[in-house]
Amino acid sequence: MKPDFTFPKYLALGYLAVVIVVLTTVSVFLGLGWTVERVHATQNGFRGTGMDQVKRPAAERALKAANVVPEALDPASPDGDKATAVYQNVQVLKDLSAEQFGRVMSSITEWVAPDEGCAYCHNVENMADDSLYTKKVARRMLEMTRHINKDWKDHVAATGVTCYTCHKGNPVPVNVWFADPGPQKDAGVMATNDGMGHPNKTNASTSLHLDPLSPLILGKEPIRIAGTTGLPAKPYGASIQATERTYSLMMHMSNSLGVNCTFCHNSRSFSNWDQSTPQRVTAWHGIQMARELNVDYLNPLQPVYPPNRLGPLGDAPKISCATCHQGANKPLLGAQMAKDYPELGGAPAP
Amino acid sequence: MTYYQNIFTQVQVRAEAPDMGVAHETIERTGKGFFVHLFGRFGNAQIGPIYLGNLGVLSLMCGFLSFEIIGLNMWASVNWSPGEFIRQLFWLALEPPPPQYGLRIPPLREGGWWLIAGFFMTASLLLWWLRMYRRARALGMGTHTAWAFAAAIWLCLVLGFIRPVLMGHWSEAVPFGIFPHLDWTAAFSIRYGNLFYNPFHMLSIVFLYGSALLFAMHAATILAVSRFGGEREIEQIVDRGTASERAALFWRWTMGFNATMESIHRWAWWFAVLCPLTGGIGILLTGTVVDNWYLWGVQHGIAPAYPHVFPPVIDPTSVVGAVK
Repeated sequence: MKPDFTFPKYLALGYLAVVIVVLTTVSVFLGLGWTVERVHATQNGFRGTGMDQVKRPAAERALKAANVVPEALDPASPDGDKATAVYQNVQVLKDLSAEQFGRVMSSITEWVAPDEGCAYCHNVENMADDSLYTKKVARRMLEMTRHINKDWKDHVAATGVTCYTCHKGNPVPVNVWFADPGPQKDAGVMATNDGMGHPNKTNASTSLHLDPLSPLILGKEPIRIAGTTGLPAKPYGASIQATERTYSLMMHMSNSLGVNCTFCHNSRSFSNWDQSTPQRVTAWHGIQMARELNVDYLNPLQPVYPPNRLGPLGDAPKISCATCHQGANKPLLGAQMAKDYPELGGAPAP
Repeated sequence: MTYYQNIFTQVQVRAEAPDMGVAHETIERTGKGFFVHLFGRFGNAQIGPIYLGNLGVLSLMCGFLSFEIIGLNMWASVNWSPGEFIRQLFWLALEPPPPQYGLRIPPLREGGWWLIAGFFMTASLLLWWLRMYRRARALGMGTHTAWAFAAAIWLCLVLGFIRPVLMGHWSEAVPFGIFPHLDWTAAFSIRYGNLFYNPFHMLSIVFLYGSALLFAMHAATILAVSRFGGEREIEQIVDRGTASERAALFWRWTMGFNATMESIHRWAWWFAVLCPLTGGIGILLTGTVVDNWYLWGVQHGIAPAYPHVFPPVIDPTSVVGAVK
């Protein structure tokens, strides 16, 4: 029996519709950044708990290439004339010898301003002059680096940090953050959605809050949201919105460290510490550290910066997990760079 | 030789002119009806005549209003940029009011639009339910479809209205949006200690997967005996022919038991309806009477403990002097 094509134009329209649907689907899939690459999963927790870590070989190779540690300069003797005796206006590195001081300055130039050189921070006519904002920021950052290596061993352990950990040759670290007002300029009567519904780097392309960092690692809004008892213990605990905000922060952490949720948590009960991995404790200290550094070191520098260094809302650049980690669960893939720099508070080499 | 028995229809069975259906004086329909070959490939080739009626028109109007309110707010959230609207479409949201408003009427920009969109969506659903009920009655049918639809509406209302009212906060409700409502689902489970330990969630999953299994078994059975006229199920119910005899024998051979031509549809209907019914109960109990399903599961012996494979981990805030 011959097929009966009563309305061929509908058939044409139908095929057109099918083509459009297929093209749309394909473009959505391509746009989402899928990969056909092989994925390696490593079992981490007890069998059956699904606590696996997923790695992609190409991403691992890229990470390795991005985390080459520059060779340490020859050690400097702490003896001899103090830096304060040789240089003027030394405010932070007062305990160093002139030789150590020179070593720090050379290293900073290499780590932070390799192209710009000394003149990025210094008035080369008068090195003691404080007229450049970059010098004021650098001075505070040296204090911060020493503070991290000395007081935040709970997070950085013996590995420690140097300027290079975040800067990696960039005058401004690539992964600093600003308060994010989102794409909406003037909402008027239209819904503001509490900053939800916009994928960005911070929320790891979810529809969760686009700026969980301002309230949670600059502000001290509570991060813990899950019920702590089987039955409701208080009239109303954490809201769904607070949960989504925490969720957004967790996506940020996961993305910044290049790890799955199960690197720290047993997903059957995210809040339960007893079943979490030891890394969760390290991460907890990391959150406390980022909060403290943002409040005490980064945010107060706001008046020092020129307008082009400030965020869309006029705030100072701040740090998050991504600033140091940059996709690695240990910054610089765990290279113990700080031990070569006792000048920065790193433990001296044994 | 073509068979009317394949996954894809090779032969379109249809009348010379559009069929006006059973004679019924109260049904006034629009149009004369026409055929679309392509539709005949996966269903009936005949389109219309349709009956919309007052309920249908009202329901579509409410649905359209809700759709427009959601869409325009989403568009506004990307500063009315057409490009960004398309790029971020799956992510865009219309969120419920923040928690500080409780059950009060919030300003439009802080959940007011969500409340209005939700109202019109609910009105649209309920009107469509009424229409479905009345159309079934007008044709002298049972109202099974309407009650199955009511089960879905129940789950929808629990999520967006009944539970938020019991919790005293609109903020507990689901946002509108593709990814937003999915992210909400994950956040909801995390906030309330993992829904997998909620027995009604378990039941709902049983009925969801069970529905798919039953549907597959039934559809496969009927297609397999369609060469014996098995797709004429109603005739086979009251007058068992060789198709239903073979289908029944097949299942008795393979698993020792068979449903009947009639009972399989009761199984399927109840499985489908119980999926949202039990799911709705599970949602209703979450936050209202259980705050953390995992801890509740531990108390009731349904959450097993696994051996520790990591060094002992304790909450850093429980260590004296650890909080800085």
